[in-house]
Amino acid sequence: MTAPLLEVRKLIKSFPGVRALKGVSLSLGRGELLAVIGENGAGKSTLMKILAGVQRPDSGEIALDGTTVELRNVHDSLRAGIALIHQELNLADNLDVAANIFLGREPLKGGLIDTARMRREARQFLEAVGLVVDPATLVSTLTIGHQQLVEIAKALSVNARVLIMDEPTSSLSSHEAENLFKVIRDLRSRGVSLVYVSHRLGEVRALADRVTVLRDGENAGNLEKTEIDHSRMVKLMVGRDLSQFYPHVPRKPGEVVLKVERLQTRAHPRHALSFEVRAGEIVGVAGLVGAGRTELLEALFGVLPAVGGVMRIGGCALAPRSPKEAIAAGLALVPEDRKKQGVILEMAVRENLCLARLRRDQRFGFLSPTGMARLSADMVAALRIKTPHDRQVVQFLSGGNQQKVVLGKWLALKPKVLLLDEPTRGVDIGAKQEIYRLMEELADQGVAILFVSSEMEEILGMSDRALVLHEGRLAGELARGALSEEAVMHLATGSERLAA
Amino acid sequence: MKKILGISILLAVVCMVTAMASDSFLSGYNLENLVRRTALFGIISVGVTFVIVTGGIDLSIGSVVCLVGCGLPWLLTKHGWSVPAAVIAVMGVSAGIGLGHGLLITKLKLQPFVVTLCGLLLYRGIARGFTNDQTVGFGMEFRSLRTLATGQIKLPFIDGFALPAPWVFLFVVAVAAAIFLNRTIYGRYLLALGRNEEAARYSGINTERMTILAYVISSTLAGFGGLLFVLDVNSAQPVDFGNFYELYAIAAAVLGGCSLRGGEATILGVIIGTALMQVLRNMITLVTTRNNIEFAIIGAVILIGVIADELVKRYAVRRRAARALAQETGGA
Repeated sequence: MTAPLLEVRKLIKSFPGVRALKGVSLSLGRGELLAVIGENGAGKSTLMKILAGVQRPDSGEIALDGTTVELRNVHDSLRAGIALIHQELNLADNLDVAANIFLGREPLKGGLIDTARMRREARQFLEAVGLVVDPATLVSTLTIGHQQLVEIAKALSVNARVLIMDEPTSSLSSHEAENLFKVIRDLRSRGVSLVYVSHRLGEVRALADRVTVLRDGENAGNLEKTEIDHSRMVKLMVGRDLSQFYPHVPRKPGEVVLKVERLQTRAHPRHALSFEVRAGEIVGVAGLVGAGRTELLEALFGVLPAVGGVMRIGGCALAPRSPKEAIAAGLALVPEDRKKQGVILEMAVRENLCLARLRRDQRFGFLSPTGMARLSADMVAALRIKTPHDRQVVQFLSGGNQQKVVLGKWLALKPKVLLLDEPTRGVDIGAKQEIYRLMEELADQGVAILFVSSEMEEILGMSDRALVLHEGRLAGELARGALSEEAVMHLATGSERLAA
Repeated sequence: MKKILGISILLAVVCMVTAMASDSFLSGYNLENLVRRTALFGIISVGVTFVIVTGGIDLSIGSVVCLVGCGLPWLLTKHGWSVPAAVIAVMGVSAGIGLGHGLLITKLKLQPFVVTLCGLLLYRGIARGFTNDQTVGFGMEFRSLRTLATGQIKLPFIDGFALPAPWVFLFVVAVAAAIFLNRTIYGRYLLALGRNEEAARYSGINTERMTILAYVISSTLAGFGGLLFVLDVNSAQPVDFGNFYELYAIAAAVLGGCSLRGGEATILGVIIGTALMQVLRNMITLVTTRNNIEFAIIGAVILIGVIADELVKRYAVRRRAARALAQETGGA
């Protein structure tokens, strides 16, 4: 066996309050497609960022062609032939395709950009990824799928030998994804090595030569081509059988608590959404990135007020214009971006936990320090928030504990409907299970829960029922019995329309 | 608290140095004047603190001072308005200006810098317009009204120094502001939205209303400051009355521990910061023979203060992060 092209040995990386990588290793052969999988918070993104030179490891080695290299910045990585294609594309969409491909390396003539040559050369890289567009096209006018191909062309133009793709299909339609797979197979046949990060196990099974599984910042195991199957991957990802990992027990749902009638979100006003959630029911919302899942929750919560339709909570019709109104009606939202929308990082645990309840606990506009202290102590105990004391600034807690602070803030209000947007993103496995258990407890108490997740296993494991969105439309509803990865993807990628 | 201690020490050092270099620094007349100026500037600094807490900025303060400083004597002497009517009018205009700023910033989403920069040009221009660039003043009249700013309160057991009347106003304003910021839910809302407006809004806080309130407070206190300033000096020249006052106020707030990123402020710190600014100006007049380097010295001192603060903060964050990590791994 020849020496691997890329070898990573015992990488360790810590962030304030969390150890993201605890000694991760992997190796990648020439012309090989290695899939790296793991749950949220397993350390995939950190590992990829280190390879791309975006972050530097605390310790550990990276070797290319058997010689140790030091990747101090993105420039070093590119020179070594490692290019990362990030989940959120990094293109300057005010510039044209050629300018993006050669950004920072523009060919010059007499000190000025040689546009003609740049476009000529760009065409050749576009051909390599099978993208037929004029290099003078503005990037903002391209579809997401095409923009991604531009990114790949850009990587090829720097002679990338190792191409890292982070969740490349998370915003692609099924047709675009198929096209991408073709390009990926073609690149591999031409000797390019790929590291492919994905949540979609179906994709991984179809593409990968080998799978490396991460769990909680450590190697959980490797699977060779012949060993790759769904249950093995999941077992390595969660460290046990799936049935044990998700504590969900279907319970008899109560009355309808939340009834949504012909709701039109601002992002997708063409589609009216109608559905209900019952007391004690946990409903998952699945779909691709850009399908309008977050927008749906934000419309319900009044962050981006809906442009049409109403919802009923316990019979009262309302169309909230602000979170304040939604909260008054009994809604709570754990938002997608914890650090920007969920917590106030620089404030203490106690202040964060009490923030939503200040209005209820006020005494003629004044704070009630004893009430706040009591509430905070109750929540820290009930949610088992790990913090030295509740005066600790939230910034220094781990992701999982920060998320518990967000949950605590809302549980203090005893909501009737709990909306959760990617509740376990960036959270370690222990905290994750606690969040699931908490969802179960709340459902037992009769709270109606609607949660959005990009993690297929989470949707399959935790929902009594799943709503699947496709480009803003409610593509379908799947009862627990009908839930499967295939069924969800079928609806999420809009395939049922193509078939029809 | 550490910040207040730091700036207090700095204030004490500057006072000592000046006292040693100049005999007249500790004279009753100079001290009284110094304290009076500190009180007047303190009021507008407390005002701008509310805007800075939200992460915004108010550049129009000096022009509001000018508008009120010219408007009050103009209404009283040129138009014969009664004192209560004139005072209500100028204070109403000030509050209205703040309301306008707040609405433009929250509803139209204009940037605070742009809105209040336009205000800076606009209000001074208006004052110069209606006064026709002529100095307006009280002359020998309105003596009793002027005692609001020029009056003195004799302190028991202390000879040769009387507390200037504006201190009473500063005291009331500062105590009210401190209670508002630290003890009411609305103060907590302001601090929260200054740190992270989105998270505050997601927590059900009406962030727009709170932001508008901050601009109203800033302009109203600027107007009140302008009223006291003109009562103190008796007349106002529209061309330069209140010039650069917004910068003195912002600088005092920054020296006093406010972050222009928002969410951080102590009223006591702001007042000590104001005092430091005034003592520095006083020192330059007394110690050097060159008044014209005032801005250079003040600029340098603030810059050094801010750099020192940032370095200390970085050190503290690194130490805390290391400690948090040690706990995490120790506990696991």
